Amino acid sequence: MYGLGILNGFMVTLKNFIRRPFTISYPEQRAPQHPRFRGEEFTWYEERCTGCASCAKFCPLGIIRIVTHPSQETPAEGDSYAIDVFDIDIGRCMFCGLCVEACPYDALFMGSGFEEAKYRRQDLVISVERLRTAEKRPSTWYRPQLEAQNYDPRRGEPMTWQGAGREPWPYHLPLRPTTEEMTTDREAKP
Amino acid sequence: MAFLEGNALFRNLYCLLAGNSGNAQHCGRDGLLPAGWEWLAFALVGFAITFLLLSAFLLLTMFYTYLERRLLGRFQGRIGPNRAGPFGLLQPVADAIKLLTKESIVPQGADWLLYNLAPLMMVVVMFMVLAVIPFGKHTFIADLNVGVLFIIAVTSVNALAVFMAGIASGNRYALFGGMRAVAQLISYEVPMVLSIVGVLLLAGSLSLVEIVEAQVIPFFLLQPLGLFIFVVSASAEMNRPPFDQLEAESEIVAGYHTEYGGMKFGLFYLAEYAAVLTTSGVIATLFLDGWEGPLLPSHVWFLMKVFFLAFIFIWVRATLPRVRIDQTMAFAWKFLLPLGIINVFMTAAELLLFGHEEAGGQGIVLSTADLWLMSVVNFAVAVVGIGAFSRLVSLRTPALPVSAPKPSAAEVV
Repeated sequence: MYGLGILNGFMVTLKNFIRRPFTISYPEQRAPQHPRFRGEEFTWYEERCTGCASCAKFCPLGIIRIVTHPSQETPAEGDSYAIDVFDIDIGRCMFCGLCVEACPYDALFMGSGFEEAKYRRQDLVISVERLRTAEKRPSTWYRPQLEAQNYDPRRGEPMTWQGAGREPWPYHLPLRPTTEEMTTDREAKP
Repeated sequence: MAFLEGNALFRNLYCLLAGNSGNAQHCGRDGLLPAGWEWLAFALVGFAITFLLLSAFLLLTMFYTYLERRLLGRFQGRIGPNRAGPFGLLQPVADAIKLLTKESIVPQGADWLLYNLAPLMMVVVMFMVLAVIPFGKHTFIADLNVGVLFIIAVTSVNALAVFMAGIASGNRYALFGGMRAVAQLISYEVPMVLSIVGVLLLAGSLSLVEIVEAQVIPFFLLQPLGLFIFVVSASAEMNRPPFDQLEAESEIVAGYHTEYGGMKFGLFYLAEYAAVLTTSGVIATLFLDGWEGPLLPSHVWFLMKVFFLAFIFIWVRATLPRVRIDQTMAFAWKFLLPLGIINVFMTAAELLLFGHEEAGGQGIVLSTADLWLMSVVNFAVAVVGIGAFSRLVSLRTPALPVSAPKPSAAEVV
């Protein structure tokens, strides 16, 4: 009415003009990743790894290949295994993170990287040398929140999600009756 | 030697070259050429100044294309071109190299002559406008006493060039663009000329230099309605959004330059962006007091005004969506044209009321107090006029009469 809407539109564009642009110039700047981003370049702590190959067993795609031999280093404490081969074929990885969840000794984490484009498929396989030498940039997804709270799963008390610093996830709020409510109902019925 | 008076560009170079006899009277020192060779000095200097001005203008246009893309990016929350050179400043150079090295194609079924002539015409027209615009104090190519008429006449050829491109391409989309061009460009000529008439009445001259000198207070204060109409119809004249019906890429592929590629397209592109700068220059001269301003040199003031106006054109482009072709036409004939007529009558009536004949002078003279009074009255009229017309005038197209259903075969028999 009276052309005022057009003036309003001009003010909107002017506001956008003054604001900082949303885009970043990629190769020079990088978008900050969320700490729980499940990225490529797995982070592996060899000193914690026993070579149990739980990650390989739990991988739904079977893309982790582990070859070990008895290390003979600490026979008194029950020998652990030295890792010969630890190949992760991230060309087929779907970044579900089940390997991280499966690891009983907190030795494997997702990474925070996202620039793993390669020219050949065989380059996409992360070898054990690369896992050893790579910069440790673990994603804080799943385990390290607990780790940051000095939580030791083998000795301490179990810790709640809230205690580990996780936000309550709004989609998991009890919209339905909780398990307790359901069980009490079931008991009340007969 | 009228061409020497008040034209610093020409005068300095001419005095450097021209012969002794010509020099003695006007320059006060000897030139390089012997006596009797003034014609050569005249020709050389004319060519040199034109070349200089065109080069400077082309550089400015290149910078403007960069500026527009960059600012549009900022308006849309992007960064804009920043790869080529520092801050992406060499982007227009990269574009030019790309366009120049492309193959020059003439499609089958195209009219060869018209097809190749159209982009040239478009660019030449834009450059011809430069001849009369004063870029600073004593800096212009020619001070035509019919400067405004020259600009109007020359820019009208634009419509012809666009239609030539449309019809010569042998492409239906291009033809659509060309036909829209004829409809739109000719319609918007009328309010554009009417909006200038107010300025001409106030200045009492058609020469752009004299118009600038006549601005006791800048004419945008005296002619707010005229400035509004001129900006709107000028942006329609140079096919800028929201009036880019000619090349509406979502409706008709690229309009009149659908079939153009390589540097022929580059010339259209160049003309389109050069038009913004020349139009900004004309608006700055007619309404914003041209080169005049305190402290800074006159050229700097002129450039600042031009780029301020160019920024406003970019802002409009970033804000408004394209209007439909029928809305475009309705806006010209139902909204801008009556407002333009009101503006002309208002200005003429005010001149009759306030103006008085100077004894020695030729035209009507107004006192500064009267000018400020006029400014207030005209602003009120502009606000009321725009408000009233935006309320009263419907830009909707009346519904077409529904044609009777065709008789079925049984009825015909």
